Amino acid sequence: MSISRRDFLKSAAAASVASTVGISLPAKLQAESQNAEANWKWDKAVCRFCGTGCGIMVATKDDSIVAVKGDPAAPVNRGLNCIKGYFNAKIMYGADRLKTPLLRVDENGNFKKDGNFKPVSWQRAFDEMEKHFKSAYNELGPTGVGIFSSGQHTIHEGYAMLKLAKAGWRTNNIDPNARHCMASAVAGFMQTFGIDEPSGCYDDIELTDTIVTWGANMAEMHPILWSRVTDRKLTNPDRVKVINLSTYTNRTSDLADIEIIFRPSTDLAIWNYIAREIVYNSPQSIDWDFVNKNIVFTTGFADIGYGMREEVNHAKYKPSELDTAKKQKEKELTDFELVSLKYLGYDQKNKIMEMKNSGKAGAHWIIGFEDFKKGLQPYDLDYTARVSKGDPNEDLESYKKKLKAMADLYIEKNRKVVSFWTMGFNQHTRGTWVNEQSYMVHFLLGKQAKPGEGAFSLTGQPSACGTAREVGTFSHRLPADMVVANPKHREHTEHIWEIPATTLNPKDGSHIVQIMRDLEDSKIKWAWVQVCNPWQDTANANHWIKTAREMNNFIITSDGYPGISAKVSDLILPSAMIYEKWGAYGNAERRTQHWKQQVTPVGDAMPDLWQYLEFAKRFKLSEVWGEKKLADGTILPSVLEEAKKMGYKPEDSLFDVLFANKEAKSFKAEDPIMGWNPNTEVNGDKRNVIGSDGQPWKGYGFFVHKYLWEDYRKFGLGHGHDLADFDTYHKVRGLKWPVVDGKETQWRFNAKYDPYARKANNGDFAFYGDAMKKLATGDLTKPTNPEEVSIKNKAKIFFRPFMEAPELPTADYPFWLATGRVLEHWHSGTMTMRVPELYRAVPEALCYMHPQDAEKLGVKRREFVWVESRRGKVKARVELNGRNRPPVGLVYVPWFDERVYINKVTLDATCPISKQTDYKKCAVKISKA
Amino acid sequence: MKELNRREFLLNSAKAIGLATMGGLVWSGYLNEAKASPFILRPPAAVPENIFLSKCIKCGICVEACPFDSLKLAKTGDGLPIGTPYFIPREIPCYMCEDIPCVPPCPTGALDLNLVSNKETNKLDINKAQMGIAIVDNKSCVAYWGIQCDVCYRACPILDQAIKLVYQRNERTGKHAFLLPEVDSDICTGCGLCEKACITKTPAIRVLPRDSVLGSVDSSYIKGWDQNDEVRLKDVKVQKELDGGIGDKSAGDYLKNMEFSDDE
Repeated sequence: MSISRRDFLKSAAAASVASTVGISLPAKLQAESQNAEANWKWDKAVCRFCGTGCGIMVATKDDSIVAVKGDPAAPVNRGLNCIKGYFNAKIMYGADRLKTPLLRVDENGNFKKDGNFKPVSWQRAFDEMEKHFKSAYNELGPTGVGIFSSGQHTIHEGYAMLKLAKAGWRTNNIDPNARHCMASAVAGFMQTFGIDEPSGCYDDIELTDTIVTWGANMAEMHPILWSRVTDRKLTNPDRVKVINLSTYTNRTSDLADIEIIFRPSTDLAIWNYIAREIVYNSPQSIDWDFVNKNIVFTTGFADIGYGMREEVNHAKYKPSELDTAKKQKEKELTDFELVSLKYLGYDQKNKIMEMKNSGKAGAHWIIGFEDFKKGLQPYDLDYTARVSKGDPNEDLESYKKKLKAMADLYIEKNRKVVSFWTMGFNQHTRGTWVNEQSYMVHFLLGKQAKPGEGAFSLTGQPSACGTAREVGTFSHRLPADMVVANPKHREHTEHIWEIPATTLNPKDGSHIVQIMRDLEDSKIKWAWVQVCNPWQDTANANHWIKTAREMNNFIITSDGYPGISAKVSDLILPSAMIYEKWGAYGNAERRTQHWKQQVTPVGDAMPDLWQYLEFAKRFKLSEVWGEKKLADGTILPSVLEEAKKMGYKPEDSLFDVLFANKEAKSFKAEDPIMGWNPNTEVNGDKRNVIGSDGQPWKGYGFFVHKYLWEDYRKFGLGHGHDLADFDTYHKVRGLKWPVVDGKETQWRFNAKYDPYARKANNGDFAFYGDAMKKLATGDLTKPTNPEEVSIKNKAKIFFRPFMEAPELPTADYPFWLATGRVLEHWHSGTMTMRVPELYRAVPEALCYMHPQDAEKLGVKRREFVWVESRRGKVKARVELNGRNRPPVGLVYVPWFDERVYINKVTLDATCPISKQTDYKKCAVKISKA
Repeated sequence: MKELNRREFLLNSAKAIGLATMGGLVWSGYLNEAKASPFILRPPAAVPENIFLSKCIKCGICVEACPFDSLKLAKTGDGLPIGTPYFIPREIPCYMCEDIPCVPPCPTGALDLNLVSNKETNKLDINKAQMGIAIVDNKSCVAYWGIQCDVCYRACPILDQAIKLVYQRNERTGKHAFLLPEVDSDICTGCGLCEKACITKTPAIRVLPRDSVLGSVDSSYIKGWDQNDEVRLKDVKVQKELDGGIGDKSAGDYLKNMEFSDDE
């Protein structure tokens, strides 16, 4: 379509006015203004990095990305970005992009575990993968293989891989790096609400009066949201209060009215203090109308271990690891714990806690309000302050005043409060508990699921919500919050997937840390790393490096760039990166955003989705759907007969059945949504890459992305997870699910805003999530009446006690180590460390330390120290007055820099409920290097 | 052959290039380089540039002492007085070592220990260094566009003091804030970590010699809102007559002249 110069001037002027005031333009006018710029094309996409989910526009020219801009029409960021987002145009063009499959071979070109990497064809790569897969699968059964999935998988990729693993191979050993990131939030949501993901949305920032950050350095980790918090503070500096709780001073404290530096793990005590203030000293502030109608009080076991190996003398443990390892079975309680756990009968004479309930960590039961109140009794201001004060140089009385001031702000009538958290809560050996505690306080006060009020979990990764959680790429999950252990959920899934009944494996698979342990125990011998870097991001890394390099297994890494995981692998597959493929991500406020492929992938790199589908071609039904035996002896019955009845032949491939079935092929390649954009999977591309069968790749010929989306969408419709159709997302700037009658939902569970809450006909609120909604009854110590009571439409207030981390600083290892991120780099740095500007800005990870500790150790700023734990050590430069300011006795080291491989030092203890690793707490010694 | 240490190597190469280029045609260039350059950044505790040039004997000891190789010796072609020490922040900034190894060994006082010492505690204090001053170009600084950057702020070794963030509402989006870097010239040492870290193509924050950039005020006006400002009167000289205004002659001279403004 041609437009006149006058029309162009008019539309260009309108576009700049619109972007000035941040309003969105009608699509037609916007398209006109884009076309007029000529020579390059703009198209909408989403930022590659964090869970904020900023919208961007991408400019392509000559089949390359030449620029990005913040999308002025995107509600999250309105045209702005942080500096990671600023460099989206450069992330795909590092000099060391992987461009061809690489296999470890001997001099004759045969695979050899300790050979060097040599380029091989895609066909050869798949041949090797298939050979090693079938060897592991035939020897060990479906539990003998594992998939490292990702919160950075596109929704389509995650869904396809989930389907291939669970429906095809009948293995549940697929688990995402989101396990390290959001699992405690998930468990907190499921246990409290019966359904995953936040009730509120980012609009809460503009609507609240109080922002409390708990273990969330938003200033660095969610910069665009932080600029919204800052703006909110500026609109009314006297009314709006900001409180930052952390174990060290960080940039989020810059804006804070109150900064509370607490000792690691004592956030558990601080929440109980706030609840105690409410229940004991300000009972009139309890919203009894809300509580009586919508809440039951519950609790669970405390003696649940720390998610370490049950075999505490495991042969692979180094002697130095054993004293921490044994705490999985029993531990001596500290004096502080003897107060908080007195209700369980512990005292000075009886201070050994045996971890009898590590197998029932998530079990919980209903208790009465009086029991709940009794549980809170120890957490008065004096006890809580002594337990939790994290800065030895701070005066106890002034610390107490701050705790009290914070409690008062929570309690104040008519004051709206939002509590935000990220990894400080989730990476915690009691991460699920501390998530639950935040809802405890918000529920008591009736400050949840309302505009501007609520506890809100901030996600780390761009699609931890969209892919890992909503698709369910976890070892125990299926799409839309369903789980493999539930026969009804399996049946429903088998129905949607049109696969025989009892195909799905009912036993939970191995979570991501367990996959590493299973590799070490030779229970898994084949593993595929997808859009993540588990050998850099899994705690206690020395074990896993050895496992990968020295044991009999086969590890494949698909990636855009070589990282540590690629380095320890046997086969590396070059992957297309974000704007080289079609995809969708889901952000922390339930907003789903799609984008189209913008450019042809580099070299012979191919989209991950293509890799999964091509690999699926290598499996006949007869190889995977016959009788299978799991490691624990469970027999999965043969479903081949049933499959025949459904019209499948034993020689049909998993590709035919799961991805290229009749329904899939009904989605035609000719589709107006395809637009001008390339689609490597559907149409092939100009490179004619020699594919998995040795022939030039010409495309599947049907719209596989649209099929996968529409197939996936069936799970959520009518179940509170409704997503819009594929085409809609290509026309809007994302929508917050549930999307009902074309409308998104801002506040869930609130009948005013959520159609599902209205439909429940339960008054103003309905907590309609249906997981774990039948409970036994008991007291604080145990369930006493096993008869299950339905708590339909209700949420739970948990009582959870304070407990210490399993590994506390001692004379030998006198420092706490906390790890985390920096604004400039994303995760393991495979992308951002390749952007020269970001690399120059922050070229290395530093060890942040208090100047008094440095003086004692005789080290100066920028000198090297060894940071050493019972598990390993790394060398890092010391920073004393940088962005993070730890109190005396704590050091902080970020994990983005593979040369400062801090996960050699960290402890692989997890929350026993969520199985999420605690990267924030272990004990180390420091010495001058 | 005797192994050269880094200093000797640097010195030798500076001399060699200097000698080699001292032929006729380049002589004038060499002379220019021997004069003070307005944009050169000197090591911490350097005395004012004109005195520095007379005191520095181009021995290179400070350069050798620098553990980060920040300091270099000027060579011919650098456009700087040859053999004198300097640093380029965008390449390697001054990391502001606590023990300031480059200053105490200076044999001539071109680097003056007093300028980086705390007189009360009698200890070295690198925060007193005045190597330069960071200046922000707010057209190319992306923070002024609304991008959440503050890389310079976090890179600053005197964080939240030498560079502060100024918060300002972003009226264009209606719900975000600008976090704008602002340099406090009383505290900035000119180390250049900000310039090194800046993510723009040419750094939007750059360090320049303080004399080239900073203004100064005389003491005839004292801030009424700042009690400490009176210190500027401490060494005040009583000035009898002003110089430089229109009335630069005596009243008598003025009155004698009966010409009025020229209206022809």
